[in-house]
Amino acid sequence: MSDRLSPIADDAPIVLEAKGITKQFPGVLANDQVDLVLHRGEILAMLGENGAGKSTLMSILSGLYTPDAGEIWIKGEHVTLHSPGDAIIRGVGMVYQHFQLVPVMTVAENVILGAEVVKAGGYIDIREANRRVRELSKQYGLEIDPTAVIEDLPVGLQQRVEIIKALYRQADILILDEPTAVLTPQESNELFQIMHQLTAQGVSIIFITHKLKEVLTVADRIVVLRGGKAVGTVYPAESTEASLAELMVGRKVILQVDKKRAQPGKTVLKIENLEVLDERKHKVVKGLSLDVREGEILAVAGVQGNGQREFVEALTGLRPVVGGHIFIEDEETTHSIPRKISELDVAHIPEDREKHGLVMPYSVADNLVLNRYFHEPFSHRAVLNRDAIAENGRNLVKEFDVRTPSIETHAGSLSGGNKQKVIVARELSRPVKLLVANQPTRGIDVGSIEFIHNQIVAQRDAGVAVLLVSAELDEVLSLADRVAVMFDGHIVKTLPIEEATRERVGLLMAGSEEE
Amino acid sequence: MATDTTSNETVNRTARYLRKAWQGISVPLVAVLLGLIIGALLLLVSGAQPLSAYGALFEGAFGTPAAIQRTLEKATPLIFAGLAVAFAFKAGLFNIGAQGQLLIGAVVAAYVGFSIQGLPAIIHAPLALLIGGLAGALYGFIPGALKTYTGAHEVITTIMLNYVAINITDYLADGPWKDMTPGNIVARTPKIFPSAVLPSLGNIPTGFILALLAAVVAWWILYRTTLGYEIRTVGLNSSAAQYAGIRVAKIVILSMMISGFLAGMGGAVETQGINGRFQPGFNTGIGFDGITIALLGKTNPFGVIPAALLLGAMRAGSSKMQFSAGVAPEITDVITAVILFFVAADIIVKTLIRQRGTDDDKVTLSTGWSGH
Repeated sequence: MSDRLSPIADDAPIVLEAKGITKQFPGVLANDQVDLVLHRGEILAMLGENGAGKSTLMSILSGLYTPDAGEIWIKGEHVTLHSPGDAIIRGVGMVYQHFQLVPVMTVAENVILGAEVVKAGGYIDIREANRRVRELSKQYGLEIDPTAVIEDLPVGLQQRVEIIKALYRQADILILDEPTAVLTPQESNELFQIMHQLTAQGVSIIFITHKLKEVLTVADRIVVLRGGKAVGTVYPAESTEASLAELMVGRKVILQVDKKRAQPGKTVLKIENLEVLDERKHKVVKGLSLDVREGEILAVAGVQGNGQREFVEALTGLRPVVGGHIFIEDEETTHSIPRKISELDVAHIPEDREKHGLVMPYSVADNLVLNRYFHEPFSHRAVLNRDAIAENGRNLVKEFDVRTPSIETHAGSLSGGNKQKVIVARELSRPVKLLVANQPTRGIDVGSIEFIHNQIVAQRDAGVAVLLVSAELDEVLSLADRVAVMFDGHIVKTLPIEEATRERVGLLMAGSEEE
Repeated sequence: MATDTTSNETVNRTARYLRKAWQGISVPLVAVLLGLIIGALLLLVSGAQPLSAYGALFEGAFGTPAAIQRTLEKATPLIFAGLAVAFAFKAGLFNIGAQGQLLIGAVVAAYVGFSIQGLPAIIHAPLALLIGGLAGALYGFIPGALKTYTGAHEVITTIMLNYVAINITDYLADGPWKDMTPGNIVARTPKIFPSAVLPSLGNIPTGFILALLAAVVAWWILYRTTLGYEIRTVGLNSSAAQYAGIRVAKIVILSMMISGFLAGMGGAVETQGINGRFQPGFNTGIGFDGITIALLGKTNPFGVIPAALLLGAMRAGSSKMQFSAGVAPEITDVITAVILFFVAADIIVKTLIRQRGTDDDKVTLSTGWSGH
C-alpha cells in the first residue's frame, strides 16, 4: 500500500467542485450550503454519521437528485445534472453499497449492460465485450474473469465488477458508497490497493464511510459532514480516530467500551450441529455448534451472508431447523415457536429493525409492548390497558433516553439510533436470561452505539448470557469475552478475547483454516 | 407542577387528535366534493341542470321521513359490507369475497327464517341473524385457511368463492329451498315467518341500529382488545408480528372469519329487514360496494358509517332524480366512481390541499402475492 503522508493532490487540478449545495426534504435540511473540492488523482473520504447528509450529497453529485441551491462544476464546466446518465457522460461514476448487478449474467454482460457492444444485425458482440473487460482489468490491476457468472463470485469481486462498470463508461471520478461494509478486512485492504492504483492513473475517488480506521489508512483528505453541513476538512496525518469521532459527532466520544473481566457461570444456551435452510432451500447453516454461559458475551464474528441471519432466526424460532439441537437451560427449543422461546426470557434484538423489530406506523408506546402486550398489566382479560401501556412507554423513553417528541409518535419517524433504542428498551426492560443481539448497532449514530454497548455490558454484568452477532470487527473486539468466528455456515474457531487479534480473526473470517 | 404537565398534555393530545381526525377525513371530504363537481360537469354536458338534479337527489334521499328510511335501509347492508372489508384490511387482507359471504349469510338467514316455526320473535330474529353471520364466517374461513396452509392469495380465492356462492345460492333458491307456493315460477325462497322479520322503530330500521352497533364492536375489537392489537400488528408488519410471537396463521384465519361474519350479518339483515326472503339478484353488488365504502372510510369502522350513508343516500335519491330532473340514475354510479378514484389516488387530493406528513391509516391494497 502506498504510504503517502503529504496531501500532494492539493496541487493537482480540480476535477469536481460543489459550491453551496443545499437540499431540503420535507422536515429535513439534508444538505446545508455544502462546499466540496476534489482534485485529480485524490482519494477524498467523506465521513459522517447516518443521516449526516452523505448519501444526499452523493446522490446530487451523481445526478439522482437536483439540489435546491448551489452549483456543480465538473472539470471546469458548470453543469446541471438531470439524471445519472448526465453524470456518467461527464465521467462521474457511482458504485452503490447495494450492487446493481444481474446475478445470473456474466461479468462482461453486466459491464456492458445499457452500453452494449453491438455488431452488424443488432447482435451483442460478447467476444469484444470480454476483450474490453480484460483490457480494463489489466490496465487498472482489477483481476477478474469476464466470463464468470456474478452469483458465483464472492462479494469483493462483485464490487470489482461495479468499479469496472464505471470505468468502462469512462468514468474518471468514482464515488464509492460505503464500499467496505460488505468486505472482510483482507478484502478491504485489497480494495484500498486498487483505489491507489486507480488514483495513480489519474482517477479521482470520493470514498464514503463511517469507519474511522479506514479513513486514516486510505484517504488523502477527509471531509466531515454533520447535520447536513460540512463541518471540517482535515488530513489523515494530523488526525486521530478520537479527533475524527469528535468532529463527526460534535462532542467527545469514548470509543473503547469500559468493562471488567467476565464472570461466566453455568451454560444457558447450547447449540449442537445446527442446520438451517435459506429461502431458496439451500443449507446455509451447516452444523453450527456453540454455547454461551451466563455472565459472558460470546460474539459471533463473520462477514455478512455466512448464515448468521438464518442462524439467529432459527435460534429465536422464526425459521425452521432441519438438523441439530438447541437447548436453552435444560429445555430443548429446537422446534419451539417464537412465543415459547421469548417466554423463556430470551430477549432478541433483531438484525432488521424495520422488518422485525418495529411496527413503523405504531406509536412508540405500542412498540414498547410488542412482545409483552398480552401480559398483565398491559392486557387484562383480553382487553388492552391503555394507561399501563402509556406509563410503560413514558418510563422506558426516559430510562433508555429515546429521543422522541412523545410516546404517541410513530416509531417510523424516529432516527435509526432512536428506533434501535426503542427495541433495546423493550427487550431489556423485562427479565432476561439470554440476550440475542444481531447487528445491534448497524447504521446508527455513534452516541447511540455507545449507549447500546453499555447496556449490553450491563446485562452481562447482571448475569445474562449474551450472544452478539456482528459483522463489525471493532464491535466484536470491544464487547466480546469470547469470539466465535463464523464462516460458511459454521463456527470455524472460538477464541478467548485475549487471543483474538484483528489479524487472526480477519483471516478466520475470510475462511482460512488454521492449525 | 404535575397538574400543569397533565393539563398541557391533555391540550396537546386534543390537538393531536384533532389534527389526526382532519388528516383522516380531509381526503374523503375533498374527494366527495370533486366527485360532485365532476358529476355536475357531466350533467351539464348531458343537458341537465346540475343544481336541480342534485336538489332532486337530496330530496329523494332526505326530503321526507320515508326518504330517510329508504336511505337508511340502503345504507344498512352497505355498512356491514364496508365493515367486513375494512376489518380484513386491518389484518392486511383484501377480502373481495364479502359479496359471497353476504349471499351465504342472506340465504342461510332466510332458511332459518322460513323453516322454523313457532319461535317468539325475540329469539327467532336474533337466531336467524346469528346463524346468517356464522354462515358468512364459515365461508370466510375457507380463503383464510387456503391462504395460511397453501399460500393461495385471498384476492384470487375470494373472487372464485364469490362465483361459488352465487351458484350455491341460485341452486338452493331454485332447488331444495325453493318457494313452492302454487303459481310461483321464480327462483326464490319462501317468505320468512313474521317472527324472523326485523321491524322498524318508527322510520329507523332495526338493522341500521345493529349496523351502528357492529361498527362500535368492530372498532372496539380492533383498538381496545389484545386480539385487535394482534390483528393490526399482523396487518401492518407480519414479520414483526411473527417476531413478537403472534401466530400469524391463526390471526389471518380469525380475521377472515370475523370479516365473513360481518358480511354474513349484512346479508341476513337484507333478508330479514328488507326483502323478507332470499331471492337471487336482490343482493347484487353490495359486497363490492363494501370495498368502495371501506376505502372511502379509510378502513376505519367509524369512517365506514358516513361512507355507507353517502352511497345509500345516492342510491335512495337516484330514482327521484331520474323522475324530476330526467337524469339517468347511472350518474350516481359515475359520481361514486369519481369519488373512489380520488380516494384511491389520494396523492392528487393531497397535492391539491397541500397536506403533508405521514399517513397512519395508509391503505395498502394488497400485500403481495406470496401468501405469507
